[in-house]
Amino acid sequence: MVHVMCCMLTKDEIKHVAVLARIGVSDEDIERYQKDLSSILDYFKELEGINTDSVEEIGHITGRFNAMRGDNVSDSTEKEKEDILKNAPKERDGQFQVKSVF
Amino acid sequence: MIRELHEKLVKGEITSVELTEKYFDVIEKKNGELNAFLTLTKEEALEQAQFVDEKIKKGEKIDLIAGIPMALKDNMCMDGVRTTASSKILDNYIAPYDATVVRILKEKGAVILGKTNLDEFAMGSSTENSAYGVTRNPIDSERVAGGSSGGSAAAVAADMAVYTLGSDTGGSIRQPASFCGIVGLKPTYGRVSRHGLLAMASSLDQIGPFATSVEDAAIIFSRIACEDKKDATCAPSAEKNFEDYLNGDIKGKRIGVVKGHLDGLDEKIKKRFAEAVEKFESLGAEVKEIVLPHSKYSLSTYYIIMPCEVSSNLARLDGIRYGLSVDDQKDSKMGNLLETYLDTRRVGFGDEVKRRIMLGTYALSAGYYDAYYKKAQKVRALIRKDFEEAFKQVDFIFSPTAPEVAFKIGEKTTDPLKMYLSDIYTISANMAGVPAISFPIGTVKEDGKELPIGGQLMAAWFDEEGMLNAAHTFETN
Repeated sequence: MVHVMCCMLTKDEIKHVAVLARIGVSDEDIERYQKDLSSILDYFKELEGINTDSVEEIGHITGRFNAMRGDNVSDSTEKEKEDILKNAPKERDGQFQVKSVF
Repeated sequence: MIRELHEKLVKGEITSVELTEKYFDVIEKKNGELNAFLTLTKEEALEQAQFVDEKIKKGEKIDLIAGIPMALKDNMCMDGVRTTASSKILDNYIAPYDATVVRILKEKGAVILGKTNLDEFAMGSSTENSAYGVTRNPIDSERVAGGSSGGSAAAVAADMAVYTLGSDTGGSIRQPASFCGIVGLKPTYGRVSRHGLLAMASSLDQIGPFATSVEDAAIIFSRIACEDKKDATCAPSAEKNFEDYLNGDIKGKRIGVVKGHLDGLDEKIKKRFAEAVEKFESLGAEVKEIVLPHSKYSLSTYYIIMPCEVSSNLARLDGIRYGLSVDDQKDSKMGNLLETYLDTRRVGFGDEVKRRIMLGTYALSAGYYDAYYKKAQKVRALIRKDFEEAFKQVDFIFSPTAPEVAFKIGEKTTDPLKMYLSDIYTISANMAGVPAISFPIGTVKEDGKELPIGGQLMAAWFDEEGMLNAAHTFETN
């Protein structure tokens, strides 16, 4: 188990997390996140002392599991499709247009 | 209020169109100052009102809520209507379908007046995080209405709607209800379908009503609580009209007050709370002290679980399928997909949302999952176990809803941790998944204004019936 961080997150860590989170950050943002995130994570440290070795983590809080349904395809109407595509920033030939990935 | 309006409608003393127009007049008069509504759906509302009026004229039976004006927190989808979650990233988003709760309300004949303001994506305790400006408290406009469902609470308190729906992830229905002097209900997790609710933290989110009485809240809750194949976490339907079980009798009911819960609480609030405890005793309830050993960890556990789920849920806002898309990477040689993501989310999200996404992404990133999310879900299991033990000894748990009255606008915006403490009494109900209700228990005078204080009752899983009756008994005596 990784030990919970005790010190300020580094600038490189924040940059790495920002790319994972897909959020563009300025140098100023990075400094602010270093401070904000570290103080919230510090607050979490109070949980370190609680012994949870034999505790099973929560899945669904009231214990509901395996809510099954038939794997049936239900066709959407043309209007539904139009309404969905109307929200797309870029659309071509009835499909979402995306920039090249490579 | 709903029953009286229903009687008037059925007897022909007022039409739904007249009632709806009256509410739009109030909105027009007050919304400029309060900023409770973001979008009005006047055309749809009047059409529905007319439809109900015709039914009444023909002598057809109508539901209790038919023809009665209400409003939705703007994080619930309504077909063909702008749904922003108070975020710039969804400024131009037109929902292509109805949320399950909206579908149910429409089928029952509810008149939807519009969409109400909230903290961006329901993240906040004051509605100050809205991209469309703060909602002001109708009792004192220098103060916040609470959050995140501040618009829904203010709308009911200012009589701009008969009732509203909100969503509650850590207290977002109960705390604003407390600040605005009205009733707010967070049902048991899974009672109400979340389909069409813009997700914040899916293991905690729950939709519930704001109303001016416990009975009205029960009426709304009965209608929206049902199983939904579009939300697999939903519990089986209760198929019960909870408003029919409010008998005003709580003799012999056991109410727990948590040991240490009131330490450090403002003296004036403590005094009102003590009076409320005495009132419950005078109504025949037995009040006793209980312990919830792990509840003190609720807030720190919440601030790991919630951001993790936020970071996952809000990944869908990528500028490709809907919402804002920033696509002007002129300086970039590449102009690639990653830059569209980075720029869209940098510009589109507000500070608090970004802070939580960053925190959640960090806590879920490789190597940290066990130390944070998994650890938090284990502590959560201990918190739930405390409640299981407590509900063997008592029927309900009673506390203040918030450690304070409505605070002044701007008072806490610079310190996120201080703002988070506003939810100290409400968060454990979400952590444990139990139902909870906030209702007015008195006022405190500040700056010459009588500011309301809410009391919160929590009950065991799925015992909304007993909890609503206890709150109703308090309210009507």
